[in-house]
Amino acid sequence: MLKILATRVEQGCRTLPFPSALATLPERFRGRPTLDHSKCPDGCQACADACPVQALQAGGAMQLDLGRCLFCRDCLDACPEGAIAYTRDYRLASTKRQDLVLQGDEVPRVHALDQKMRKLFGRSLKLREVCAGSCNGCEMELQALNNVVFDLGRFGVQFVASPRHADGLIVTGPVTENMRVALLNTYEAIPSPKLVIAVGACAISGGPFRDSAQVRNGVEGLLPVDLYLPGCPPHPLTLLDGLLRLLGRIEDQTAVNYPRSD
Amino acid sequence: MILKNPQAVDEAALPVLPIQEFRSTVLRAVLEGARLSAFFGRFINGKVKLYALLAHDETGECTAIATIVQDAYPSLTPECPQAQGFEREVAEQFAIRAEGHPWLKPVRSHRSPYPFFQVTGEETHEVAVGPVHAGIIEPGHFRFHCQGERILHLEIQLGYQHRGVEQLLAGSPAKRMPILAESIAGDTVIGHGLAFCEAMETLGGCQISPRAQALRGVALELERLANHAGDLGALGTDVGFLPAAAYFGRLRGEFLNLLMELTGSRYGRSFLRPGGVSYDLSETQRTDFEQRLARAQKELQTFARMLFDTPSVIDRFEGTGIVTRQVSEALGFVGSVARACGSHRDVRHDHPSGIYQFSHLPMMTADTGDVHARALVRWLEAERSLVFLREQLTSLPEGELHMPCSPMMPNRVAFSMVEGWRGEIVHVAITDAQGSIARYKVIDPSFHNWMGLAMAVRNGEISDFPLCNKSFNLSYAGHDL
Repeated sequence: MLKILATRVEQGCRTLPFPSALATLPERFRGRPTLDHSKCPDGCQACADACPVQALQAGGAMQLDLGRCLFCRDCLDACPEGAIAYTRDYRLASTKRQDLVLQGDEVPRVHALDQKMRKLFGRSLKLREVCAGSCNGCEMELQALNNVVFDLGRFGVQFVASPRHADGLIVTGPVTENMRVALLNTYEAIPSPKLVIAVGACAISGGPFRDSAQVRNGVEGLLPVDLYLPGCPPHPLTLLDGLLRLLGRIEDQTAVNYPRSD
Repeated sequence: MILKNPQAVDEAALPVLPIQEFRSTVLRAVLEGARLSAFFGRFINGKVKLYALLAHDETGECTAIATIVQDAYPSLTPECPQAQGFEREVAEQFAIRAEGHPWLKPVRSHRSPYPFFQVTGEETHEVAVGPVHAGIIEPGHFRFHCQGERILHLEIQLGYQHRGVEQLLAGSPAKRMPILAESIAGDTVIGHGLAFCEAMETLGGCQISPRAQALRGVALELERLANHAGDLGALGTDVGFLPAAAYFGRLRGEFLNLLMELTGSRYGRSFLRPGGVSYDLSETQRTDFEQRLARAQKELQTFARMLFDTPSVIDRFEGTGIVTRQVSEALGFVGSVARACGSHRDVRHDHPSGIYQFSHLPMMTADTGDVHARALVRWLEAERSLVFLREQLTSLPEGELHMPCSPMMPNRVAFSMVEGWRGEIVHVAITDAQGSIARYKVIDPSFHNWMGLAMAVRNGEISDFPLCNKSFNLSYAGHDL
């Protein structure tokens, strides 16, 4: 018992002062990408050709679909001009699918829930998670939200065991054929009004498994998505930031100048 | 044919035996202590070629043999239970029956209703759980067959996570393959990534530099540390000892953050590519890592002592979910599950490749085979990994981060083995006459070990299941592929 208390005193409080202070991530962290079309030589397709999941369009208007992006290094290594760079910005969430398509240095926008929904869920949101074919990466980052560092519970957001107790559904994975029915049944079991949150490239677009015969390419067309949280897997801060912005708990959506990643 | 991990051989040089001889060769080798590390099929001219990879841990060698079958063959499983999962997989993928197999049930397919065992008699009942579980975990279906409070047997039906990874790996452009390998199991990005890279490097005749080898070892051990620390915390949660859950949960984050400092991703994504690694460790980072690892080493010890010195924890851990060494070896379990019941097997020790050829980690075993042993082995392994990491950091060799790889050689069978944090990972890549991948086989340690969980809960109570399950912490995605 004494040992437990001594450890408790020594450990102190380890919770991040988020969102009152902005978190800084290591130099190599690959957060929100930025594009600089002005650097592209005419007709160069190197980045688009290198992308393993067709997240990039080059030649003409350059575009990067965050919903598909796996945050790998392949486009960076392929680009001769440094037109693509990652920043250390973890803010990637969006309420609209098309807002995930980036053209420059913009931060995807989250439109907070309306007055009525905020009154219902703003201070207490219970979520049921369904893994529909993910590699377990997104699950681990969602679980990490419950640890002492991120401590999701202090914002009134909790993961619950039963869909009957939930206000919303978090989906991860590209939706395998074998999980499709279980996913839809879980959605049906949640009382209305309810939210759907798609976490990770797989749930948004199929991720690395896109176009496999065994998966649907994410939840699009299967469930109405209220919040997209891109990443492979998304950093816990990306998840936390997206959830809090949806609930209207972080109102400042202005650009913060995050340094480029190394 | 004798092989050393990792190695590529000419497919034509691989002995193709008549089925009876193939069968007796496998059975004899297993009887003499070899393990069936891989057993899988491939369509060739309307027939199916079966490959077996036998690992001889004592000598550090592997043997590979093949046979050609059509429609059916006499099952290996009655005499060699290790083959049970493999033969079910072959039956499902190639419609080749293993005759005499005691439970030729589906592995991943949900096309027809799963033929569950049934129990009848007084006080018997069944409890069905899943695929959607209470926590934030992967999907699977558990069917407990019980008599009163006692579990007679647990049937585990998987396949919900089946994404078609092997088919994708065989049919995708080269740029997509490493991404797929890293996504086999999101908690084993480095383990599977490394097995993939080593298989590709043997096919392309690529020698990576000593520095890249050392950095790969650093990443693999950081991954092991993160997962072992996380598991020790989760075991604390499952017995209601929350201080351990809180502290180990945070410590896990420290290891993930170190991996992010090195690789830009908390799970090490995009760090390993055929030919080497994509980031170096700078001198400033190296000193920073040394300090943080020294602190983590102290914390690991404090937290582990706190966990293992708490009588209420030990009371729940000891004697729960026992797997005997005999069962483990018969069913071919790997990794910490096998080591916790006294089986000496660790790829880093028995079939070392890369940095592990030059730098040795002592193998950690226990012999009680219960939850306590599986927890203890994790703690001891974490300690050894920390010692290894600190050693590597003081003596990082020089070398290029990345070496060019030639195109894959045609008509080759390449295999690689890696001791991931869960145990032995095996990748086999077979190329066709054009030098593209014709068949890619992945074996996650979970493929062997899921049966271990079913064995561990026999005669136990359902209330002990979450604890047993956590002490195995197997991958659904890695199994389902």
